[in-house]
Parts: sequence; structure tokens; C-alpha cells
Amino acid sequence: MIVKKTLTIKNELGLHARSAAMIVRALERYRSSVFLERDGNQVDARSLLDILTLACPKDSRVVVRADGDDAREAVDSIEKLVDDKFGEAA
Amino acid sequence: MNPGEPKRTVVLQGLGVSSGVAIGVAHLVRRIDAPISRYQIEDKSLVPEEIRRFRKAIKDSENQLLEIKRKFKDQEGLETLYILDVHIMILKDKMLIRQTIQNIEEKGVNAEWALRMTLDKYRDVFSKVDDEYLRERISDVEYAGQRILRNLAGVHHESISGIGDNAIIIASDLSPADTMQMKVEKIQGFATDMGGKTSHTTIVARAYEIPAVVGLEKITSEAKTGDIIIIDGTAGAVIVNPDPEIIRRYEEKKRHYESIEGSLLKYARKTATTVDKHRVLIGANIEFTEEIASAVHHGADGIGLYRTEFIYINRDRLPTEEEHFCTYKKVVESKGVRWSTIRTFDLGGDKFTSDPRLAAEMNPVMGLRAIRFCLREVGLFKVQLRAILRASAYGKTKVLFPMISGMEELLETKRIFNEVKKELKRDGIPYGKDVKIGIMMEVPSAALIAEDLAKEVDFFSIGTNDLIQYTLAIDRVNERVSYLYEPLHPAVLKLIRQMVEAGHKAGIEVAMCGEMAGEPVYTMVLLGLGLDELSMNALVIPRIKKIIRAVSVKECRKLVDQIMSFNTASEIEFYVRETMRRKFTDDFEVAD
Repeated sequence: MIVKKTLTIKNELGLHARSAAMIVRALERYRSSVFLERDGNQVDARSLLDILTLACPKDSRVVVRADGDDAREAVDSIEKLVDDKFGEAA
Repeated sequence: MNPGEPKRTVVLQGLGVSSGVAIGVAHLVRRIDAPISRYQIEDKSLVPEEIRRFRKAIKDSENQLLEIKRKFKDQEGLETLYILDVHIMILKDKMLIRQTIQNIEEKGVNAEWALRMTLDKYRDVFSKVDDEYLRERISDVEYAGQRILRNLAGVHHESISGIGDNAIIIASDLSPADTMQMKVEKIQGFATDMGGKTSHTTIVARAYEIPAVVGLEKITSEAKTGDIIIIDGTAGAVIVNPDPEIIRRYEEKKRHYESIEGSLLKYARKTATTVDKHRVLIGANIEFTEEIASAVHHGADGIGLYRTEFIYINRDRLPTEEEHFCTYKKVVESKGVRWSTIRTFDLGGDKFTSDPRLAAEMNPVMGLRAIRFCLREVGLFKVQLRAILRASAYGKTKVLFPMISGMEELLETKRIFNEVKKELKRDGIPYGKDVKIGIMMEVPSAALIAEDLAKEVDFFSIGTNDLIQYTLAIDRVNERVSYLYEPLHPAVLKLIRQMVEAGHKAGIEVAMCGEMAGEPVYTMVLLGLGLDELSMNALVIPRIKKIIRAVSVKECRKLVDQIMSFNTASEIEFYVRETMRRKFTDDFEVAD
């Protein structure tokens, strides 16, 4: 199963070290392969370094794509982090 | 050795780069960045073993970081712990591991080289990121990478954090990453094996006014963490495990030094005016903006020499115009600074950036450096000039061009400078209306045609270090000829006099920013030669002001007339020292 969803980064700092680390950690629970894509660049969402190289600031749009039997759950977990602004104070 | 037995006292001599006495407890910082060797794995059956070795180094690195995390859980702020987590995640990063293993398998290279290739790739990718914060995360990648490399080499290392109060840092050499991890303001002193007047340790020590001795060659093998250490940054001496009597003597010396500092500081707030009412401007030579506060505190009228090389070194790529601008703006708009003389790029072989575009040379002092390099790489030069001009809108700015050797160079430099001005004007970007331009007078050929050059600029600044070296044909790094380095050589004095006269004839100011300007024993000679401005290391300003305020220009001129009649440097040196000693009995030692 392939699940695709476009998310808008809402936290002030964007996808920085801390938020990227939270994504990597959240995905430890799933088996699907998960990718993030921005401006035509696609990276493995399980690599902190590769997420950082995407350089996503606040308000940037990122496509999450997961492939596997728990693809839906994996994408949802990332969406939840993004919606919660990665726990950053508002 | 029994715990009760007294430890062996060791005295080492190095280069004192930041004055003062410190007595404290040694803290050895080991940071071994051995050059990474590359070798080919000829026997393909050994590849799995190489990959295992790499994985083990990662596991070891992770365990070390977890251990540090456990140790500092209660003491350090949350932020520090979070950075450790990021480093752990980088160590275990899927892509970092995958690419390194791929390099080992496909290119058949050793794990160290394979990892270096991966790190370099990330360095390249990160350098292209617009966001400054993200771009700087490459330092975290490097930090994690270095840890794996050290584990691959089997090197045990201790953490830099957790240094107690009263610590004296002992290291082979210190990098910005090292000092960043220390609470520098709590450190009592620095002693390093390597380093010189422009190394990072020196700069940090001088900025924080912490005694430091560098170039000790073997301090890391002579001192152990926990040893009592004395650092005499004024004399360049370090004493490991001193006996109680030596400690007592140095405590006295320390008090004496601090009281002299205190009593001299009253001159800091006074002007450098002679008894016959001649005012000399006093500038401070600085390397980076953190030194400005100390310059003002010690009584500088302005920044007489801002060396911009430090914007270029210790970094992975060339600085942007914005980075230049922010730094220069900080300098020119500093409170209590009447003017700032910014010297353009004067890079030589001893202060090199890691940027491959600036390749090393065999004889850098006379090579493609300073203005020669800038006229070759006009693009780079213009970035710096634009930034300086933009900053000049915020405070009085003078631009100083180094190593001018002839008229063509000067005219070409001025042409580019005016071109940049025109571009700014065209784009409606503000810059100072009265930016003075000057040249370093440090090449003998320039000294000989000073009259012509003076008509083209607003001021001269005499750089004595290079002038002496070029005039007397001495390689300063070569110890066998260093005895020939004589600031009071008759030829040097004649050149200085000629330059001052040429400048004054054209109605421009003549400054001096070399080491000679900050050497109290030469102050009367320089006044007699007619220098308008002396620029020096901030710490010596009070001493120099004290001398200037006690003498008359008339007697200084007489001294110069007298020494100009001698024909050897040693006669001159002896006569000058004797004169200074007689006049300032407490401040100068008996001449040898």
C-alpha cells in the first residue's frame, strides 16, 4: 500500500535537528519505507542527516510518501508531529 | 610513584602570547586529529571484517556518548543533553552508515577513508543550504564523525566539558570546537604544544585576558591532569609540579603583576600627549570583535588595525558579503572607538583556510598573498570591499591595503575600490562619505617611492614586522638567521624616517601598526621619528601612554639624531635601552 500526503510545516524552527530527530524516532515503530520530498528532492525519512539536507523552514510544504502494510499509520504519525508543531511552545 | 612522594618539577619554555601569571590545576585535553590514511583493501575477503570494524567503532562511540550523558544528567542543562542525543542519532544515521559501507564495498577502501568520503559529501550538501542554522549543523556531523574516526584508530579520549574551576588547559592545540565546549571565562590559563602568535588558542586567551604560553612542544607529555601548574604568560614559562617555595614566589609575582596592571591602568584614560603638548593617536590592533572592549578599556583612541584574516580562517568555505558586513559593522560602530582601520585580506601561508581555492605555497611570505592575491581574485576582493564600504555608513572607517610594492598595484587597487563605490551608489546602498584609504608600508620598494605613493592615498601605516624581514632579507621562521631580526638596524630606521617625511610632505598621516609600535623601549625613538599614530596590542597601551606623557618631542628628536650617527644596530640598541633605563628606572631592565 502506498500512502501520500502533503503537509505544511507549522513550527517556527522548521525541520531542524530536534524535529527531524522526532520523526526518525517516531518511525522506529513502523515497517513501511517512508520518504519526504520537497522541491523535487526526496530523502529517506529515517535519516536525520538527509531530512536536514531538505532544509524545510516554517510554512514549507513537504510530501510524505510511505510504502508498506502500515503506511497509513506511519504517515499519520508524522502528520501528528507536524500538527503538534513538534511540541514547540506556540 | 608513591602518592606521598613529591612529583618532579619540570620547567618548559615556550612563546608567551597572553601575559599574566596563572597558578592552577592542569586539565589535559586530548584531541588527536591524526591525518587519515587511505589504503586499498586488496583482498576482497577482508571487506566484511572492515565493515565490522566500522560498526564496532560506531557502537563504541555511542556507548561513550551515553556514558557522558549519564554522567552529566544532573549537572548540565537540558540543551547539552539534547545535543548529545542528536550526536548519537547522527552516529547511527541510516544514510551515513549505508554510504560508508557502500564506499568500503565498492571502492575497496579502509573504513576511515570511506567515512571521510561520506562526511565530505555531507559537508558539500550542507554548505549549499540557505538556512544558516541548518548549515552549521555540519559541525555536529563532523563532531560525530571525528568520534567514530578516533574509535577506529583505537584512541581513547576524555570529554572537554566538566572542567573544574581554577583549571589550566593543557593541549596539543585547541580548535574553535574545543574552546566552544569550555566555559572559557572560568579557565585560568592555557599551555599548548603547538601554536604561535596567530593560533586560535592565542586569540581566545588574549580576548579573555587569560595567561597563555604556546609552542611548548612537549607540555602534553610532561603534565598530567591534576598536576599543579604555573603559567607565566609574560615570560613564556610553564612550571609543572612546582614546589611550595616556587608557588609562593609566583603568587607574589602574580600580585605584583596585577598591581602594576592596576597602577598603569590610570594612564589608559589619559591622552598620549607629550610634556610639550604633542598628541599621538593610539590605536589597538585587533583580530576579532571580542577584543574591542579590552581595547577601549586599556585606552585605545581607535582601532588602528583590524586584521580581517580571521574571518577567512577556520572555516569550510569563503565568508559571504553579509558575514563580512556584520563583523565590520560591529567594529566601526563600537562605542568609544573614534575610527576603525580595516585592513583587507592579508592572507599568507601561515594562516590558511581550508578552502581549496587558496592553495599553499613554498615561500608564502613573498608569494601570492595580500593585495597580489586580491588583484588576481578580484571577485573575492570586491565582496570584502563592498562589505567594508557598507559598514562605513555606521562609523568612521579607514581602509588599509596590505603589501603594496609599487604604483601600478596601488592604482589598480584604487580603481577597483572606486568601481565598488560606484556600484553601491548605483544600487542605492549607503556607505560612509569620508572613507579614508591607506596602504601598509612594509615592502622596501614602497618605502623608496613613498613620495609618489603619498600623493595617491590618505594615510600610510608602517608594518614593521614585514618591513624588517624584507629589508634585512631574513626568513623569520628560520631560527638560524633570527638573530639578524633587528628593529633598530640603521637601514630600517632610515626607511621609517624617509616614509614619515614623505607622508608629511604630502600632508598625510603616518601610522605604525607593527610590533615595534607596542614595544615600550622604542617609544621615544618612534616619537622622534615623527609617527602620528601608534597602533598596538591593547594590553601595552597604558605603558606606552605613561612613557609618552613623560617625555618631550624635543628630547625624542635629539635621541633619534644621536642614534642616526651610529652605524651598527647593536650600538643603537644599547644606547636606546640605556636612555630608557635612565629615564624610567623602574620600567626597564639593565641593558645586556
